[in-house]
Amino acid sequence: MAHASLETRENRRAWGFVTPALLWTIAFFVIPFIVMAAISLATRKGREIVMAWNFDNYIEFFEKAHLLKGLFVSLEITFTVTLISVILAYPLAWIIAERVPQKWQRMALIMAILPFWTSYVVRSYSWLLVLAQNGVINNSLVYLGVISEPLELASTRSATVIGFVHFFVMLLTLTIYANLVQMPPNYRRAAADLGANGFQVFWHVVLPLTLPGIMVGAFLTFVLCIGDYITPQILGGNNELALPQVIMLQLGRRADFPMAATLSIILMGVVTLAYIACARWLRMERT
Amino acid sequence: MISSRISKLLSWSYLIALYGFIFLPVAVLVLFSFQDGRLPVPPFNGATLKWYGEVFADSRLMSALGNSLMVAIGSASVACVLGFCAAYGLARFVLPASRLQRGLLIAPMTVSYLIIALGLLTTFNWIGVSLSLWTVGIGHVVINLPLCFAIIYASMGDHQKNIERAARDLGAAEWQVMTQISAPMLMPSILAAFFLSVTFSWDEFIIAFLLSRFDVTLPVEIWSMLRSGLNPKTNAVGSVVFLVSVALLLLLELIVFRRTAKK
Repeated sequence: MAHASLETRENRRAWGFVTPALLWTIAFFVIPFIVMAAISLATRKGREIVMAWNFDNYIEFFEKAHLLKGLFVSLEITFTVTLISVILAYPLAWIIAERVPQKWQRMALIMAILPFWTSYVVRSYSWLLVLAQNGVINNSLVYLGVISEPLELASTRSATVIGFVHFFVMLLTLTIYANLVQMPPNYRRAAADLGANGFQVFWHVVLPLTLPGIMVGAFLTFVLCIGDYITPQILGGNNELALPQVIMLQLGRRADFPMAATLSIILMGVVTLAYIACARWLRMERT
Repeated sequence: MISSRISKLLSWSYLIALYGFIFLPVAVLVLFSFQDGRLPVPPFNGATLKWYGEVFADSRLMSALGNSLMVAIGSASVACVLGFCAAYGLARFVLPASRLQRGLLIAPMTVSYLIIALGLLTTFNWIGVSLSLWTVGIGHVVINLPLCFAIIYASMGDHQKNIERAARDLGAAEWQVMTQISAPMLMPSILAAFFLSVTFSWDEFIIAFLLSRFDVTLPVEIWSMLRSGLNPKTNAVGSVVFLVSVALLLLLELIVFRRTAKK
């Protein structure tokens, strides 16, 4: 009996510790999300928002080509970026883990992710310096006489992809490196002893063992990439809009909160689907 | 022998090529912040500190820098305190639905900043809260709280639990245990959480952009500078922002990781 009352008292005290953080999360994350979901079911009359409680905005999304296209542009960019980043980052992580002497590895890794800490806006601007019509690449090539007219590098999808790949190569190098060094060296030695050549060891032993780590990194890339507004806005220009740009457009010129909310919910839905696919794949991998 | 030499050569070329790719934009940014001319592109005309002078003489930029520091330190402190208390409560006591609680606290980490910002914006609009640095700070606590909670929660082991129990047996009150025993023991991870939060808030754009009105943070001010196109002054302020972030990380490395390494 005495024990039970002590438990209750302890519990009450414990709630005191947890409640502030829980309340904060509920007030400024859960409730805003519910409000946004509700607003996505409203319509806009002039500048007034009228609760209609219907799915007209969602239907409109699938009917209007320029809205739907935003999602496809975003998906295409995100898949391209994820694929290229993994392909570029894996060898880099591998070389740092295998070829760079042990005592330099930490330094090599810190160097590889240092520009990670330039802010979003500044990083995209830096790429603009490189890719702009009078930027570093064009000016150098013209000066060297390789080309006579500057190339159209900025304000293209390629520019967006380059800006993204730059960021995610750093992120993925970190996650893949962590995976590679965790792998016991015996596995590879065993495979080599059994007569596998370098490529076979990599293909049949190293790659499958690091695949879960790659998937986690790729998922992170997917989530961060598909929700980013800055990179496509600064580097991609206005020729084709990614979904976050379309969302911001609803807010800016038209103050169409219901449509912005609808698009956000759809964006979240896509991320959730990706999460489910990734989680299911990882579970399959484990069994 | 030859094939191993070739593979070594290939490895090092690849390493250098990728480092080149990773550092290219930062190098260009910093180099042309010293450009003696009106355009931050080649040819490099010679070095000047003129643009840094202009940055530090620009009252809008300086007040944005002050705002950024204020929001970053303020929101990181709140996120750290809330995160630490929650981690303490969940790691040290048996609470109902603790898995659900942990999940709820981590949840904002899985949602795009854009969506968090939009949710807060619609809600603030709806209840008539006017936008200010306070609303930006609230948003930044939302994104940093999961991070602080996760880092501090992960570092709470059984080893500290026994010391805490000893303190309790010796008559320490719960708040004394928390502030005088647990907090000092967990200081490395608390500091790590704090510095990371400061860096994230310092760099964050979309929440600061959507939830601020007249007083803005530095990334938002830089964003509005971009409208004037390529400009060495933007390079200079970008280099300053980068330098501050790197300094914060160095501080983290020196204070936190060196100390833990020594132990």
